[in-house]
Amino acid sequence: MKIKVLAFGIAKDIFGSASSEIEVDASVSVAGLKDALEYQFPELKKLSSYAIAVNNNYASEDIKINERDEIAIIPPVSGG
Amino acid sequence: MVDIRITNEALDIASCVDWVMGPESGGIDVFIGTVRSETKGKRVVQLEFEAYQNMALSEMKKIAAYALQKWPVHKIIIHHRKGVLQIGQIPVIIAVSAAHRAGAFEACRYIIDTLKETVPIWKKEVFEDGEVWVAAHP
Repeated sequence: MKIKVLAFGIAKDIFGSASSEIEVDASVSVAGLKDALEYQFPELKKLSSYAIAVNNNYASEDIKINERDEIAIIPPVSGG
Repeated sequence: MVDIRITNEALDIASCVDWVMGPESGGIDVFIGTVRSETKGKRVVQLEFEAYQNMALSEMKKIAAYALQKWPVHKIIIHHRKGVLQIGQIPVIIAVSAAHRAGAFEACRYIIDTLKETVPIWKKEVFEDGEVWVAAHP
């Protein structure tokens, strides 16, 4: 399935855009999504870390992603 | 009561204090973040803040909810500005009121410390010779 991933901060620079569409298996987990993202955007591996948010919540590696979920890359935060 | 805001407009310290004050509160604690002129010896031209708006508001609400149940506080404000900020401008105000000062101090500290760890807002430092997303790379 194709899913849209929103990007912020340095991730937006890496994507070259505020979002990117990525092809993944129907039952992909957050871990699988990260692998797919890093394959398409190897620069992500150079970040200190990054999280994946699913429907506005931080998601652990084992969470399964559905086609209609809102997915975002959360690079290291630096608010405040 | 909680007032959470992420805005492109300038923040207002006096109105934040006014909002949290109340006859039942004996102590107000306020944290104000400001843009410094220098970081690691380099002169800052400006800062740029970007937010994942809905998630940032949601995470801020979680932080406020935790503070309300952990300490005897009355009102909490968490205001964050986004967009381009100049030296001396204010990206964040936290204001907390409580009957007594201990709870206000502790809650206020907790809120800003946790905001800096969990809220999806990002700061880019712009220097004369380049720009850097803070903490992105080791």
